[in-house]
Amino acid sequence: MTDQALLDKVLAFAPGKVAVEEYVNTYPALRVEADALHDLARFLKENEETDFDYLMCLSGVDWGANLGVVYHLRSTRHGHVLVLKTQTPERITPTIDTISDLWVGAEFHEREVYDMFGIRFTNHPDMRRIFMSDKWMGFPLRKDYQASNPLHLETEGAYEDEGIRKLASGKGKDETFIINFGPQHPSTHGVLRLVITLEGENVDQVQPHCGYIHRGIEKMCEHLTYQQIVHLTDRMDYLSAHINNEAVCLCVEKALQVEVPLRAQYIRTIMDELTRVASHLLFWTSFGMDLGATTCFFYSMRERDHILDIFEETCGARLVLSYVCPGGVMYDLHPNFQRRVKDFIREMRRRLPEYHRLLSGNVIFQGRSRNIGVLSHENAVSFGVTGPSGRASGWHCDVRKQDPYHVYSQVDFQEAIRTEGDVFARYMLRMDELETSLNIIEQLIDQIPSGDYAAKMKPVIRVPEGEYYQRVETARGDLGVWLVSQGDKFPYRLKFRSPGFSTLAALPHLCHGFKIADLIAISGSLDFVIPDIDR
Amino acid sequence: MMPTDFKDNEALEQLRESGTNVVLTTVSDLVSWGRANSLWPLMFATSCCGIEIMAAGAARTDFSRFGIEVYRSSPRQADLMVVAGTIVHKMAPVLKRLYDQMADPKYVVAMGNCAISGGPFRDSYHVVNGIEDIIPVDVYIPGCPVRPEALLYGIMQLQRKIKVSYSLPLGKKEEDK
Amino acid sequence: MIYDFSKLTSSLDQLLLSVLPPFWVLLVEALLVLIAGLAAFAVLGMILVYMERKVCAFFQVRLGPNRVGKWGTLQLIADMLKLLTKELVTPRGVDVLLYNVAPFIIIMAAFLSFGALPFARGLHAIDFNIGVFYLMAVSSLAVLGILLGGWASNNKYTVIGAMRSGAQVVSYELSVGLTYITMVAFAGTMQLSGIVEAQADGWFLFKGHLPALIAFVVFLIASTAEANRGPFDLAEAESELIAGYHTEYSGLRFAFFYLAEYLNMFIGAAIAATLFLGGWMPLHIGSWEAFNAVMDFIPPIVWFFGKTFLLVWVTMWFKWTFPRLRIDQLLTLEWKYLMPVSFFNLLLMTVIILLGWHF
Repeated sequence: MTDQALLDKVLAFAPGKVAVEEYVNTYPALRVEADALHDLARFLKENEETDFDYLMCLSGVDWGANLGVVYHLRSTRHGHVLVLKTQTPERITPTIDTISDLWVGAEFHEREVYDMFGIRFTNHPDMRRIFMSDKWMGFPLRKDYQASNPLHLETEGAYEDEGIRKLASGKGKDETFIINFGPQHPSTHGVLRLVITLEGENVDQVQPHCGYIHRGIEKMCEHLTYQQIVHLTDRMDYLSAHINNEAVCLCVEKALQVEVPLRAQYIRTIMDELTRVASHLLFWTSFGMDLGATTCFFYSMRERDHILDIFEETCGARLVLSYVCPGGVMYDLHPNFQRRVKDFIREMRRRLPEYHRLLSGNVIFQGRSRNIGVLSHENAVSFGVTGPSGRASGWHCDVRKQDPYHVYSQVDFQEAIRTEGDVFARYMLRMDELETSLNIIEQLIDQIPSGDYAAKMKPVIRVPEGEYYQRVETARGDLGVWLVSQGDKFPYRLKFRSPGFSTLAALPHLCHGFKIADLIAISGSLDFVIPDIDR
Repeated sequence: MMPTDFKDNEALEQLRESGTNVVLTTVSDLVSWGRANSLWPLMFATSCCGIEIMAAGAARTDFSRFGIEVYRSSPRQADLMVVAGTIVHKMAPVLKRLYDQMADPKYVVAMGNCAISGGPFRDSYHVVNGIEDIIPVDVYIPGCPVRPEALLYGIMQLQRKIKVSYSLPLGKKEEDK
Repeated sequence: MIYDFSKLTSSLDQLLLSVLPPFWVLLVEALLVLIAGLAAFAVLGMILVYMERKVCAFFQVRLGPNRVGKWGTLQLIADMLKLLTKELVTPRGVDVLLYNVAPFIIIMAAFLSFGALPFARGLHAIDFNIGVFYLMAVSSLAVLGILLGGWASNNKYTVIGAMRSGAQVVSYELSVGLTYITMVAFAGTMQLSGIVEAQADGWFLFKGHLPALIAFVVFLIASTAEANRGPFDLAEAESELIAGYHTEYSGLRFAFFYLAEYLNMFIGAAIAATLFLGGWMPLHIGSWEAFNAVMDFIPPIVWFFGKTFLLVWVTMWFKWTFPRLRIDQLLTLEWKYLMPVSFFNLLLMTVIILLGWHF
């Protein structure tokens, strides 16, 4: 269906309540009255021709006079995208109908919007703040947010938390065995907090608590120029720092319609894949450690260090590269780059069978990962679990294939897919992707064209008025950047649709009925990076 | 200004050599030596710097060479807390609690700009501008993120500091002034 | 010929008897044994921890401690000094008595087993005629300490760790016991010195055919599990339960748990060496007189520690290679595989003994 046909169809569904948005936008957009939203969303999801089963992004925005919520919907079958925009009539007690009954993944996103903008979603199953503590004053992402919140150092009692009270309410406080994983726990990979209820060794419910590393990046971006923003994005998903940088730059370039030199595109693609390899190596490390196989740590860190050396030689940093800038890359490649990358590929190919011998083939490992935490294809789409975790459930969700950017359309590679959806599939998929990435790099490394490494850009970038959306495939999945510009040198609103956030929403669903040890394996196999979740 | 106000290692070492305290015992020195060479860190990392701690523990810069080997996840058994990464308002009580849970003697290293001052996130509404508002810090290691080599250097500075400090109460009097 | 330490001890006994009344002699000897035992205990603990760090480092392509003293040999002294002077935290809400007693029970259980080990001919604290039985009895005491420690700490992680450990040790105790019985049946005695002497013309591992081999493998697995070593370290399970049953312990009390883990590993290996590899007995092959004489030249104490440390090394190899088991895998392994195999093996051994099919 063409965009126009799609719009016509939707306009016919609810005449008078829906209007086509005339604003500049990456995707066809519709303005919907708040009271018609839920019916329209249901229609869009359940109609065969539209079939919007994947909620790509749900973002709140403060328009000044009123608050808005913007939904980016995508159909995995037809591949079309539609943006729905709705607004609350006023900003004192704003309410909007929830769509979490249609897309399960919306539950967390709506909680985030409530936390940041104070928009209450009616009929939402669990309307609590998600990042900030319950005592926090004000809604930080509103433009008029000025509340001063002093630093509290006293630890709050467990039952002061609304969510934990809710968990305990099932059987009474004394009968439920509630146990707290994190925020400081060796296996939550950072400061994620999971409150779980146990039946013996079996996990009954899991309740993720986020916000222990919520740094307010989205708010900070509203006061930074586009070149500066790039440096904050590194620190969200620091394991795919380079790809995160790129997301913002691609979005800005798309808005400005800048042609990035081919050389820069090649460099970016290669760096992308190197980052992915480094990230998956770290996954192997931490996953092995979660399962108690400590030696994995040292083996893959050894290989990862080679990649970091290559990064360091070219851009001076090991982890947070900030190598990309709007228009290209900051500096040219180091003369050693190609040789060292080729050396690394050779080395890595030699090591991969060793990894499989040490961990993948182990009886204990197989017993602990097969048929554990199975995520079905439908649930993966509904929760929005993208990236390797989504592909392990058989969902073709690779942005590099769907919306190719850079030179991915010219590279010959297979999207790794597995259909089991269990821990082992997620693990093996990442191992497959290691090989895919090596193949991609190998194809490109000798083809880097000469020329400029960056397009000429103005020192102060003013993005033309409009709304832009850019997706990239990080090592964790579909990272979306939604940029609202009002023609200023700062963005009006910058939303990151982080892959980890949607993946986290699926965790409670996956863990029910498994053992504590499985919980660790499942959360390890989903490969979170907590600052990516919390932003 | 008292000579003890100088908190750098050179001044502390000079102070020891110049013999401000007569009752230096070898026992105290021995215990200090033991403590300095057996720093068991608490597994604590909030963001990017945590990955560099992992890298520092990995084969290339293997910091078990210096006796920093046994990573404890329980604060009760750890001596050293490397605060790696941003501390936000919601995390601050947890950080303080972890510090309180550690058994004496305990040391804190603020690793990375975020832990020192809030770093690139200083202007954010939810970020603590430096962990010194919450817990006392022994060594600050700047960097964003801190390189493994820098972390090693920082921890070796801490070891120097521990070696010159009095581990038995007999030296306390001079220090408390 | 092999030196008999009982000559040394009996001459010492004679010497003391000549100057002191018998009761005082007993007291002095008990004291001497205690001091010697404790010293050996501490030194062994440090050697084991040092060995673990080095072995683990070499498995993991790194160097391990090498800055404190030559090759890091003083590292353990530093660790010990640190642990001795660390604050003992008693968290609020713990059962103070049990909380304090638990580490001692654990270290005592290890020490009690340690006393019965024959290090060389005549070199053991006590040589029971029911030595094997005694070892079985005291080595299962350790689980009491773990259970008490986990329960008394008033922490949910420690409770889970303790319960896991309880289930684990009680289950694996069966396999350990059955392999003991298998070997006792073969040796015809429960006295540890007798078992060693019976291996003068060949170790049981070789003499006992298939059943001895099976028993050896089962014993290695089960004793690793009993010592809560990886891949059976579910009670500690660092990535799941912080530090398992000893999460709340600090300083010296924690050091006891830490040390006991290594000593239990050593004791497991030492028992395996005694039962299957001839203990301190040199490698003897039938009637090869010259070969046997050369082997006899190596002191028995070296044989004993050599064999034991080899087995310790094997358990370390396990730990640094395998991922941790899950609790249901662990119990399945014991109840569905190891225990039936051990029963069958005992039967097989009996048949072999009755038919005289062994060497």
